[in-house]
Amino acid sequence: MQASDRFNINSQLEHLQAKYVGTGHADLNRFEWAVNIQRDSYASYVGHYPILAYFAIAENESIGRERYNFMQKMLLPCGLPPEREDD
Amino acid sequence: MYLYSLTLQKATGIVCAINGNFSGGKSQEIVVARGKILDLLRPDDSGKIQTVLSVEIFGAVRSLAQFRLTGAQKDYIVVGSDSGRIVILEFNKEKNVFDKIHQETFGKSGCRRIVPGQYLAIDPKGRAVMIGACEKQKLVYVLNRDTAARLTISSPLEAHKSHTITYSICGVDCGFDNPIFAAIELDYSEADQDSTGQAASEAQKHLTFYELDLGLNHVSRKWSEAVDNGANMLVTVPGGGDGPSGVLVCAENFVIYKNQGHPDVRAVIPRRADLPAERGVLIVSAATHKQKSMFFFLLQTEYGDIFKATLEHDGEHVQELRIKYFDTIPVTSSMCVLKSGFLFAASEFGNHALYQFQAIGEEADVEASSATLMETEEGFQPVFFQPRSLKNLVRIDQVESLMPIMDMKVENLFEEETPQIFTLCGRGPRSSLRILRPGLAISEMAVSQLPGVPSAVWTVKKNLIDEFDAYIVVSFANATLVLSIGETVEEVSDSGFLDTTPSLAVSLIGDDSLMQVHPSGIRHIREDGRINEWRTPGKRTIVKVGSNRLQVVIALSGGELIYFEVDMTGQLMEVEKHEMSGDVACLDIAPVPEGRQRSRFLAVGSYDNTIRILSLDPDDCMQILSVQSVSAAPESLLFLEVQASIGGEDGADHPASLFLNAGLSNGVLFRTVVDMVTGQLSDSRSRFLGLKAPKLFSIVIRGRRAMLCLSSRPWLGYIHQGHFLLTPLSYEALEYAASFSSDQCAEGVVAVAGDALRVFTIERLGETFNETAIPLRYTPRKFVFHKKKSLIIIESDQGAFTAEEREAGKKEFFEAAGMGENGNNNGEQMENGGDDEDKNDPLSDEQYGYPKAESDKWVSCIRVLDPKTSNTTCLLELQDNEAAYSVCTVNFREKEYGTLLAVGTAKGLQFWPRRSLASGFIHIYRFVDDGRALELLHKTQVEGVPLALCQFQGRLLAGIGPVLRLYDLGKKRLLRKCENKLFPNTIVSVQTYRDRIYVGDIQESFHYCKYRRDENQLYVFADDSVPRWVTAAHHIDFDTMAGADKFGNVYFVRLPQDVSDEIEEDPTGGKIKWEQGKLNGAPNKVEEIVQFHVGDVVTCLQKASLIPGGGDSVIYGTVMGSLGALLPFTSRDDVDFFSHLEMHLRQEYPPLCGRDHMAYRSAYFPVKDVIDGDLCEQFPTLPMDMQRKIADELDRTPAEILKKLEEVRNKII
Repeated sequence: MQASDRFNINSQLEHLQAKYVGTGHADLNRFEWAVNIQRDSYASYVGHYPILAYFAIAENESIGRERYNFMQKMLLPCGLPPEREDD
Repeated sequence: MYLYSLTLQKATGIVCAINGNFSGGKSQEIVVARGKILDLLRPDDSGKIQTVLSVEIFGAVRSLAQFRLTGAQKDYIVVGSDSGRIVILEFNKEKNVFDKIHQETFGKSGCRRIVPGQYLAIDPKGRAVMIGACEKQKLVYVLNRDTAARLTISSPLEAHKSHTITYSICGVDCGFDNPIFAAIELDYSEADQDSTGQAASEAQKHLTFYELDLGLNHVSRKWSEAVDNGANMLVTVPGGGDGPSGVLVCAENFVIYKNQGHPDVRAVIPRRADLPAERGVLIVSAATHKQKSMFFFLLQTEYGDIFKATLEHDGEHVQELRIKYFDTIPVTSSMCVLKSGFLFAASEFGNHALYQFQAIGEEADVEASSATLMETEEGFQPVFFQPRSLKNLVRIDQVESLMPIMDMKVENLFEEETPQIFTLCGRGPRSSLRILRPGLAISEMAVSQLPGVPSAVWTVKKNLIDEFDAYIVVSFANATLVLSIGETVEEVSDSGFLDTTPSLAVSLIGDDSLMQVHPSGIRHIREDGRINEWRTPGKRTIVKVGSNRLQVVIALSGGELIYFEVDMTGQLMEVEKHEMSGDVACLDIAPVPEGRQRSRFLAVGSYDNTIRILSLDPDDCMQILSVQSVSAAPESLLFLEVQASIGGEDGADHPASLFLNAGLSNGVLFRTVVDMVTGQLSDSRSRFLGLKAPKLFSIVIRGRRAMLCLSSRPWLGYIHQGHFLLTPLSYEALEYAASFSSDQCAEGVVAVAGDALRVFTIERLGETFNETAIPLRYTPRKFVFHKKKSLIIIESDQGAFTAEEREAGKKEFFEAAGMGENGNNNGEQMENGGDDEDKNDPLSDEQYGYPKAESDKWVSCIRVLDPKTSNTTCLLELQDNEAAYSVCTVNFREKEYGTLLAVGTAKGLQFWPRRSLASGFIHIYRFVDDGRALELLHKTQVEGVPLALCQFQGRLLAGIGPVLRLYDLGKKRLLRKCENKLFPNTIVSVQTYRDRIYVGDIQESFHYCKYRRDENQLYVFADDSVPRWVTAAHHIDFDTMAGADKFGNVYFVRLPQDVSDEIEEDPTGGKIKWEQGKLNGAPNKVEEIVQFHVGDVVTCLQKASLIPGGGDSVIYGTVMGSLGALLPFTSRDDVDFFSHLEMHLRQEYPPLCGRDHMAYRSAYFPVKDVIDGDLCEQFPTLPMDMQRKIADELDRTPAEILKKLEEVRNKII
């Protein structure tokens, strides 16, 4: 790799993608995008205690259970990924 | 429109709590995070929780941890917040503030997925801290101290792992070996790629140990092993000689002991016998208790049951893990075991509590153990138990919490001087209606009748050094009664006081003699019983007296002042006379300053509406130093020193200023600063207190002088955390008062009113509201008033059994346990609506929660409540999984029934896996029995959940899912008249004004609609361009709506004036444009005029005034149990002043936990036209030089700024 490669747009983007989870790219598909959004949302719910409490009231569960549920949903937030076309 | 935002009641819910010795020394303290507030609490000697310090940090606290450097005496606080920074705080006992020791930035601000702040873990030896995010990032900071023994923090060491979700982290106690942190992690990278689902089903949580190599300054993954997939929490197990080290992994249904190179020791968590089989048991909070010889863990499940976990170990080898049922208390977010034998339980919802340990669960009880764990084909066999009453804990204090406020209305239902705030609070069996009144709560100690109507009361000590008062002296129209304070309070006649005359003043004079001033003279009673009488010259009488311990001034009729001093021998000597121009209305002398012979100032109020300050110095005795004219004749005067700035436990390290307070005959309290040297008066402020002229009395609160003002209601002026607060007391009008101190009651007040003598104490200083709670049965949803007389409350709960089923279940249990009688009692209690709060009830739902049912079961009731007697006059339980969601009163055009009640319900509602319901209904009830009871008229089936109901032009408007429909009353059911199905999602609020309808959509903000009667059509003419998840809505004026969204923002939208005019003038009312339809939206857009991030989910909004004759402000209530107000500014000058003050404070005094104030208030949308009063009110807590600097930039003095802040607060409450 040449020194100049480090500064071209692609490698900068790759750097960003590696550093910040969820940074998109041109070939991002609908599923990947949705998964990111969902994970971000769940992380936000878990981080904001009042929102967690709000959900807990709606579902009549304890706040601790609600937090656990959201964290569990981070695994497959949008169900199974679609089959890859190129495979 | 510019608004001033002020929190009236700080959040009462608790996010997390930690305990330790933060001030050093022995006292056990608790630091709690209440969302955006950090509090330091301390249980006092009597076991009451006192708030020592409360700081608004303008950020969301997500985690807290405490640590102590080896050998240190004091704990530090680490805060994980949304600021993208780690902050270490130290409690400064002298100044009573949190000092920020370190603040290290590591990421972006906000609650993000990969920015740490969610989790904190501490090395038990205080050598390192780990801060983690939900995903990927974990940072380790090394803590150390420099040569000057100051805490140092290293640069961060990364322990990141991509595509990995973190569930919990904790420190591992490994003595003084390299620090180790444990984390529950899950790698999702393969599951995201594999479309067959194989990888996802094989995804396994791992317990990973991260080792911080202190020598290499490097963090490495040391060990990783698969762990139960239900794992959610880690608890540190003591090690390094105190225990086996390692961690407890709390998972759904299990607790597992794990350590590197140690086989798993697994025990099952006992289950409640009545728990449905599909439900798991999850540990939600944990606390560790560690003594020299033993340690144990308290683990609480999501149902509130606490288990004691103990480890049988032999050195580093753990043989057995036992989980024994301990007690059941309401579900907590955090528990703290204090070394002093207390358990602080920070409840998730409802009141927090302090418990004392009676035992530590040594007795036999239901127990699960790793040794007896049975594995069968269906998995591990659980152990069952029944919750029982408290055995190991006893509750000694409660801290009120409003969390969550579900609905709120401000109304003067009781026709008092100020309106009351009615809030629906709590959840499930712990829910309540709380009636809040601005003012301090008092607790009445004694009330006794007196033989006549007293005019005044005093208390006196016999000697200056006495701790307690010796006598209560009560004056009547023609007599004086002396009561001696001892074990009991009884009348005495040997006190030396003259009892055949009324008294004007009674006090301790000199070191040990008593003085009684009566109209015809002064009686001086020496300690040895000698009595000296000074008689007034001629036929003149004494009318007013002012005195302190060494000085006495009397005013004779006609206006002559005579000044006495106590000389070295304890004699009262006449010093000076002075003739005033007219009769004296009132007098006061400031107390003798410490180390001085006399106080320098005498204040004299005259009927010519003036107050004069006279000198008492021997050099210029009785010279007039200054004159102040006031709006009405002063009736009462009081000097009070105010140290209005933070510092020390509750006072100041700044010079105090002396205030002269005057109660004027027009009901105004007038306060002005007296220059300590010249006696000049300046910087006056006045406040209307009530319809009677305030009488001012000096009393003692928390060891300091405070002022009691008795007008048509009593007020207390006192210093709390650096602020001077003037707050009403929730008590009846009093005539005369004095401070009272005895063995039983250290800081009380004795007062007279009517013919009764009352002794009371003032509680919970610093609170804005005092509350009356009325318990409810289920989670309250909404309520309405009926005829300003009764409240109709709808309550509903998911996943609970109906009252009959619960009763049957309990009976069964009690019969099995042979406690039939108690069971019957309980049944009766159920029938009158669960109103009785019987603490000894063996299975009170309030303590244990309702038994869980399947999630598709609902219980609900409609309650008619008389708030005056707090009796439920009618309670209708809905049957068949029907739950009520909306309520309104409606007057249909046919006047046959008068006012009717409409209730929107849903049957069999389910949120999961997909939102579904059997059907919705709108019930119509008729009021019978003078509005005390309800009778069902009919029930109309609808296709969705009617979440919003509103009366409109003699008909009923209902928002049913995405449909807005107009109903008329029929004989058998409601009749559809008109509908609009074009709303985007679900209608959650409907409000009307004239012919406009304001509809709030759950996801798409407000829609402004019109109804055309001639064409019978509902159409939307304007909507919002911003997607807002509306949680609360309130109609402000014809064009304006106030709303709140799920993310904690409050906003106002307004239809532009020209658009509004156009629509009103257009004969079609803008309908043509609507019919053309553009991009599915409405033709006009409303404009956002106000936007503010509260930082807490706002659930209710109302426009109201909390003070008599005050302007309206918007009052809101939040999930975390806080109340706030948004007050519109009336002048441009004020806007300028406060926005500049806010700007300077932002610059000079950034928030404690590192979040930028402006960024916080603009977290989702840029803040618009709202000034943050909570920030402005931090001004007095600033160091004096900074206060001066900011004041200079604003061209004012610090005192003027304080006055401004006080003024604007007084406009709200």
